[in-house]
Amino acid sequence: MLHALLAILACQLIGETLARVLQAGLGLGLPGPVLGMILMLGLMRASARFTALIRPVAQGILANLSLLFVPAGVGVVGHLGTLGSQTVAILLAVVGSTILAIAAGAVTFAVVARITGSSDD
Amino acid sequence: MTDFAEIWSYLSQGPLMWLTATLAAYAIGDACFRAAGKSPLANPVLIAVVLLAGLLHLTATPYAVYFEGAQFVHFLLGPATIALALPLFDVLPRLRRSLLPALAALIVGSATAAVSALAIAYALGVRGEVLASLAPKSATAPVAIGISQGIGGSPTLTAVLVILTGITGAIIATPLLNLMGLRDWRARGFAVGVTSHGIGTARAFQVNPTAGAFAGMGMALNAIATAVIAPLALSLFQ
Repeated sequence: MLHALLAILACQLIGETLARVLQAGLGLGLPGPVLGMILMLGLMRASARFTALIRPVAQGILANLSLLFVPAGVGVVGHLGTLGSQTVAILLAVVGSTILAIAAGAVTFAVVARITGSSDD
Repeated sequence: MTDFAEIWSYLSQGPLMWLTATLAAYAIGDACFRAAGKSPLANPVLIAVVLLAGLLHLTATPYAVYFEGAQFVHFLLGPATIALALPLFDVLPRLRRSLLPALAALIVGSATAAVSALAIAYALGVRGEVLASLAPKSATAPVAIGISQGIGGSPTLTAVLVILTGITGAIIATPLLNLMGLRDWRARGFAVGVTSHGIGTARAFQVNPTAGAFAGMGMALNAIATAVIAPLALSLFQ
């Protein structure tokens, strides 16, 4: 538990540091936690023992993933006044783009799978 | 009654009360979600947000005071993003067998989600911070919030848009893909995961295990892809 938490926080810390360096050096705006996730994935591939150490703690965090966006969600209440007339536009954008993206993504996957002869077995 | 007022004024100043309230509201939301047969309409986060917003309103508590307690939960978004490496690691062997279709669907799905959302909102007159908040909404919440902060959006608005996108995808995916006659469970699940992150993935697991595994894959990969695609898509509209 202690070592798994330490490893997760260390990956995040390295990711945040790397994000600042990339932002300053190359102007690349990648979020630190995403870089930390890629680092964590690399470490898991390198060592099965490391993966076994991380697994229960990572599963514990992910099992309650939804809880983590409650504080930010409550914050939107302060925004409701400023949204006003834009609310309908935003809802249309969310629903319309979700339909288009699911359709486009699924068709692309199916077509490319047929062309390349990829199957799951 | 003065005792109660004293206790209230003591507790309402510290982080303990609002941290407890956040967990309690989510526990109630989760209980409603289970009671509703895990229907995507009874989203536990939305229920918790509505309960807490009502409570803050009734007690005239400013958001800043609430956040002093809630920040401990909010902070875990970062470690949770690191933890997403685990489901990605677990599907790597299957991802390798479907690498080309997955990469193509990732780029097309992620770009369609960001560009079409921005185009619709822009056409309807949305600009500035609100428009920027829309760009990363298909990524999983911790990542979307981080990206939103980086591109001039509002993290709190993005959090709600992420949840709405997830619920929308979870509700429409099955009827939409049936209508289109798509039978490849990998394609169906992957597209739902890319577009509707964890909420869509949870729904996909209810429909079909293969769809669920590929939805998880799509969600994890889009956490990375959105970091690159959302700022690019937004730059088209600025």
